[in-house]
Amino acid sequence: MSPLLSGALQGYIAVALLLFIIGLATVLLRRTLLMQFMGVELMLNAANVALLAFARWRGGDVEATIFYLMIIAVAACEAAVGLALVIGLHRMRGTTDADRTATLKQ
Amino acid sequence: MRTAWLIPVFPFLGFFFNLLLGKRLGKNAVTAAGVGSIALSFVLACVLFVAMLHAPGHRLELAYGEWMSAGAFSVPLGFVIDPLSGIMMLVITGIGFLIHLYSVGYMGEDSGYARFFAYMNLFVFFMLTLVMGSSLPLLFVGWEGVGLCSYLLIGYDYAQADDVPAAAGLKAFIYNRVGDLGVLMGMFALFAAFGTLTIGDILLKAGHLGPQLGFGLLTFATLMFFIGCTGKSAQLPLYMWLPDAMAGPTPVSALIHAATMVTSGIYLVVRMAPLFQMTPLTMTIIAWVGGLTALFAATIAIVQKDIKRVLAYSTVSQLGYMFLGLGVAGFAAGFFHVFTHAWFKALLFLGAGSVIHALHHEQNLMKMGGLWKKMPITGWTMLIATACIIGFPGTSGFASKDEILYLAYLKSPVLYWMGVAGACCTAFYMLRLFTLAFLGEARDARAFEHAHESPATMTLPLIVLAIGALGAVAFGWPTAFGGSFRIEAFLEPSVSYGVTATEAIIHHGGSPALLAGISTVLALGFAWWGWSTYKGGLEVAETRAGRWPFLHRLLENKYFVDEGLAFILVAPLRWFGNVLWKLCDVIFIDGIGVNLPGALTRVAGDFTALFQTGRVRNYVLTMGLGGLLLLYVFLK
Repeated sequence: MSPLLSGALQGYIAVALLLFIIGLATVLLRRTLLMQFMGVELMLNAANVALLAFARWRGGDVEATIFYLMIIAVAACEAAVGLALVIGLHRMRGTTDADRTATLKQ
Repeated sequence: MRTAWLIPVFPFLGFFFNLLLGKRLGKNAVTAAGVGSIALSFVLACVLFVAMLHAPGHRLELAYGEWMSAGAFSVPLGFVIDPLSGIMMLVITGIGFLIHLYSVGYMGEDSGYARFFAYMNLFVFFMLTLVMGSSLPLLFVGWEGVGLCSYLLIGYDYAQADDVPAAAGLKAFIYNRVGDLGVLMGMFALFAAFGTLTIGDILLKAGHLGPQLGFGLLTFATLMFFIGCTGKSAQLPLYMWLPDAMAGPTPVSALIHAATMVTSGIYLVVRMAPLFQMTPLTMTIIAWVGGLTALFAATIAIVQKDIKRVLAYSTVSQLGYMFLGLGVAGFAAGFFHVFTHAWFKALLFLGAGSVIHALHHEQNLMKMGGLWKKMPITGWTMLIATACIIGFPGTSGFASKDEILYLAYLKSPVLYWMGVAGACCTAFYMLRLFTLAFLGEARDARAFEHAHESPATMTLPLIVLAIGALGAVAFGWPTAFGGSFRIEAFLEPSVSYGVTATEAIIHHGGSPALLAGISTVLALGFAWWGWSTYKGGLEVAETRAGRWPFLHRLLENKYFVDEGLAFILVAPLRWFGNVLWKLCDVIFIDGIGVNLPGALTRVAGDFTALFQTGRVRNYVLTMGLGGLLLLYVFLK
């Protein structure tokens, strides 16, 4: 049986990596701020998955679980702020296209 | 007696009042403060003059404490009133008062009325400080101050479109600065020699010097002082500012450039007379410079067309006579000429101002004529002043000038003949001026129609000055003509060195009466020539001028001194300034020093700005690539 599917560490890392790449690709390729935002969340959760996988591999650290819960809470706050920014931008400019809000450049 | 300090303070208060409140309180307040303060000063000066006459040794020393001290160096804040400074005080406040009174009429319609009187009062303050100060630094304060006021008053019409007054003011200031440097150097040298700058102490210590002791330093000091005098008193080679100074209002010309400020150079020499007496080299230079200036300026005055310019060159020439007198050690004679000249030159200027006022600021002699009928008071007073300045027998000019010429003859006959030649020119140009302005036919009918006698505030000073000009002779009728030349004995406490004409007659003989006769007869001959040339209008003069076209052009252009200086001094300086400007300033400082770092920063900024696209995705990509790079570096 391939180590990827046997519930060993490698499988979790592979999933985390996949999630991260999907998130990164979303941020890089999509121009809608909402979608980019979702990509960022995906990358964040990829990191969470990797964290928990390593914790289990080390024999089940309780701190990692607590840390994970903290990250989720912070991510929720961040999502609230980020969404508020996106809505604010839409009200002001009538768009959520990231490339059309490049007015700060020279 | 301690109230002497109020004499200069009154004009200073007047200056303050007029400058700060004058514009708000209106013309009457300005007149009261401006003229009243000088009148108060004059009254107080008279009181102190009488007190001085009763003081032991005719000398009042008033010390008000210490002004500054550094180690052994100490300068007292004090005044000295003796016959010399006393006469100067009376001349400054007395003639100053008359000119202030005259200005009330002359400047009546001017918008800068308060400013004018403020400056005039300030000038009187500085001039009084100059003559009353007991130490050289205090004298120097006044010396610089009158230069400043001269600048302010010459450039009074600074807004005039052609910039002439502003440029003339600047010229006067710069020429004076050159001279002031000389005075400073002289002060340094005297301090090195005597360790004090109090005038009385210096003269006392100088009296104890052995022969040949430190005389090199003294010669240097007196020469430097004389350079200062050439600047302030408009002698060769620093005289050019005075004719240009005529850009100022006429009362200014009368007060500063005839009666008071320009005489401060003579005052300084007379004040330091014992020192000058010890340095024969300086005395010789003074005599020759004075004689040359007297002749040189008089020849220029012959062809000038502007009535005030004629008088300006005449002032330069008369100052030359004074220095000629000082240079031949006739300190009393030279100073007596200051005294008489103050009267008749102020009168001449005020008379000219009256004519200019009547003709609505027409200053060209060629457009005047026939004013005798229209302006009898001005005409008569001008005639009196003219008689004085050409040395008509019996007038004050005759008394003072011929004393100088006699003493000059004892030194060198060449100096005497230069003086006589100058006197002939003086007679010619004065009669030319008088004839062109007052006699003959009116050459500008329109201006003539409007001409009228000036108001009483203007004619009254003229009359008083005319009486003074005639009466001044009483103070010094020459011994050679049965007088006693009283001023010599009177100045004795101040000027205890030097030759007086009375002594000279006893010791050297000569025949002053004959010498005076020669110069007077020649001068009167030239006066007649001047009158006959111009009595019938301009035709005769033009044909006569046409006979010597080269000479006429030379004189008309003032010997091309200004042009020569422009070529020799100004042009190279300007060229050098341009080099400094274009090379050092524009290329080095502006270019390499300031703009180059700026340009570099800008280019660097532009380059890095290329990376700032404003697209979040680009940033994320670079960040990701950077992360990968870091990963590679750490995991390698």
